[in-house]
Amino acid sequence: MAHVEQLVGSYRAWASNGASRAPDWLKDLREGGIARFHDLGFPNMKQEAWRFTSVAPIAEGSFELAKPPARVPTLEDIRPFLLLEAGYRLVFIDGFFQRSLSTPFFDDVQSLAHVVTHRQDLVREHLGKYAATQDRPFSALNAAFVDEGAFVHLPAKATIEFPIQLLFLASGQQQVVIHPRNLVVVDREARASIVETYATLDGGVYWTNAVTEIVVGDGARVDYTRVQREGDRAYHVATTQSHQGRDSTLNLHFVAFGGKLARHDIGAVMAGPGGTLILNGLYLLAGQQHADHHTTIDHAADHCASHEYFNGVLDDKARGVFTGRIIVRPGAQKTDSKQTNNNLLLSADAHADSQPQLEIYADDVKCTHGSTVGPLDPRALFYLCSRGIGEREARRLLTYGFAAEILGRMDVAPLRLQLDAIVRGRLAEQ
Amino acid sequence: MTKGKALLEVQGLRVAVAGNEILKGVDLAIRDGEVHAIMGPNGSGKSTLAQVLAGHPAYTVLAGTAKYEGKDLLDMKPEERARAGVFLAFQYPVEIRGITNSYFLRSALNALRRERGEAELDPIDFLQFLERKLKAIGWDDSMMNRPVNEGFSGGEKKRNEILQLAVLEPRLAILDETDSGLDIDALKTVAETVNKLRAPSRAFLIVTHYQRLLNYITPDVVHVLADGRIVKSGGPELAHELEAKGYDWLRDAAMVS
Repeated sequence: MAHVEQLVGSYRAWASNGASRAPDWLKDLREGGIARFHDLGFPNMKQEAWRFTSVAPIAEGSFELAKPPARVPTLEDIRPFLLLEAGYRLVFIDGFFQRSLSTPFFDDVQSLAHVVTHRQDLVREHLGKYAATQDRPFSALNAAFVDEGAFVHLPAKATIEFPIQLLFLASGQQQVVIHPRNLVVVDREARASIVETYATLDGGVYWTNAVTEIVVGDGARVDYTRVQREGDRAYHVATTQSHQGRDSTLNLHFVAFGGKLARHDIGAVMAGPGGTLILNGLYLLAGQQHADHHTTIDHAADHCASHEYFNGVLDDKARGVFTGRIIVRPGAQKTDSKQTNNNLLLSADAHADSQPQLEIYADDVKCTHGSTVGPLDPRALFYLCSRGIGEREARRLLTYGFAAEILGRMDVAPLRLQLDAIVRGRLAEQ
Repeated sequence: MTKGKALLEVQGLRVAVAGNEILKGVDLAIRDGEVHAIMGPNGSGKSTLAQVLAGHPAYTVLAGTAKYEGKDLLDMKPEERARAGVFLAFQYPVEIRGITNSYFLRSALNALRRERGEAELDPIDFLQFLERKLKAIGWDDSMMNRPVNEGFSGGEKKRNEILQLAVLEPRLAILDETDSGLDIDALKTVAETVNKLRAPSRAFLIVTHYQRLLNYITPDVVHVLADGRIVKSGGPELAHELEAKGYDWLRDAAMVS
């Protein structure tokens, strides 16, 4: 508990000092967050949602709030982490917005801290309205420290074809916690493509506790890609929560291969009829990495389709956890929901837990799910070898295929190609 | 039959899977350019023979030899056999998730080209090469960007095996029940492709349960496999005889021998 008190203490110091000029509604959001976190404390493995993941290294560790970086990196320093050269981008170092490295677009692609005052009504309407805090201590803690992060807004019928990049880099400060808070609002019939990346310039022990809320208006379309490539000693806890309107399309893509311990809660609410959702994720883990993806798709309206695909590739002593919860609310008739989670174990010591949780309260729906955990298929290996491909190469090819299956669903070609190259590099290391 | 040294020479081959002896002493010699058919009832060991020649790890060789181009085939890894020119068209082709057909074909072809000391084909050169092969089997490129065999119909999978055969240009092609599950049009296409690929430097071993495929591909030799042994060999007329009389009379022959 000592650490809960430390975090609450650092909140008090921060709230009375740097953050004291915030508008009242924002102060309320923060106070609500810290009160909730104080009540809940850190989760433990007796709780159903945390059965397979211990956050003891975070709960028992000591983390100070990150300070602004001593030295702002150059564009050359951050280039390896830019997936695309062109387009709008927002860059954050240790959670602090870096104007000199960013290419914002008026008040629509902008630092959240800036728009809290400049677009107060819009931010207030949405911020904290989607990511639950009741039983989510990390989300509550993030709410307490809401300050810096990315803000993206597309007005009705607007289109930004080229992906907007949101880049979060840790500079190498030790034993610090960073609470990025992102808000994406895509209004009616608008279109946007966004990529959010977490990485580190200098490794070390740090803790990212991020929350992103994505609001997709009626008839809007959003392609959202999230890349988690934190340092190998980092802790990464995140919540991504989306809310979709009528006839909207949301394609969520997740690629995770960083961090020593990672937990990602992904929530998607299909609030209007006729919506389409793709939840497409890949985790590549090795060494002693542990990654937990906890997904909840909430079919709150009729005639919606959700397709969820998560593939995991686990080597060495890595552990992957996947929970796929699907709720079909009463009246959400004609729901079409499909979920698959396939885990490839490359080592006898690797481990995967996969649990679907279907809660269906409507009677005219189609819901399917399936999961697999196992080594490379020996029949597939023989098939490739029988064509002249050496065993080592055949293993590499089959493993890559596991990842490529997920990457192949990404519609934004330049992004897909970049991630394909990163994944190939990553698999070559293993 | 043409004279000359055998491309493949199998002698006294005994093979077990999961402790059960399936092949109980098979002798077989195939020369360059020949087409041999192996027929036999279910469970006679036809597919075992095909798979063991390709190097399937599930089978244990108990005794006997198989020489390919004078070398010990049974001592070679599956990929070494393939690079030496042995090809097996699978009875049940395997689905490979995430890898497109064209990527797979190019990887396989380049593995063989490396072995032969030839330059690897880049994606563009390969595509041109592939176009010609596709045309030869009456396919367009619509299946090329799909994952290998994933979501393919039974006939498409078999045709995909024949495409691989055309692309990899083996010296010894083993077809394991390629005709099963094919409709008559698909069967004709497969047979036409095989006939086009017949060459003095290429031999075929066609494993089949039915005589149907042999209406379109005329073999030089027909063998009958029953209870793990070749109990009868003859010319193409043997296939017709089997079609008329069935396999029962051969089981008795196997008992006698």
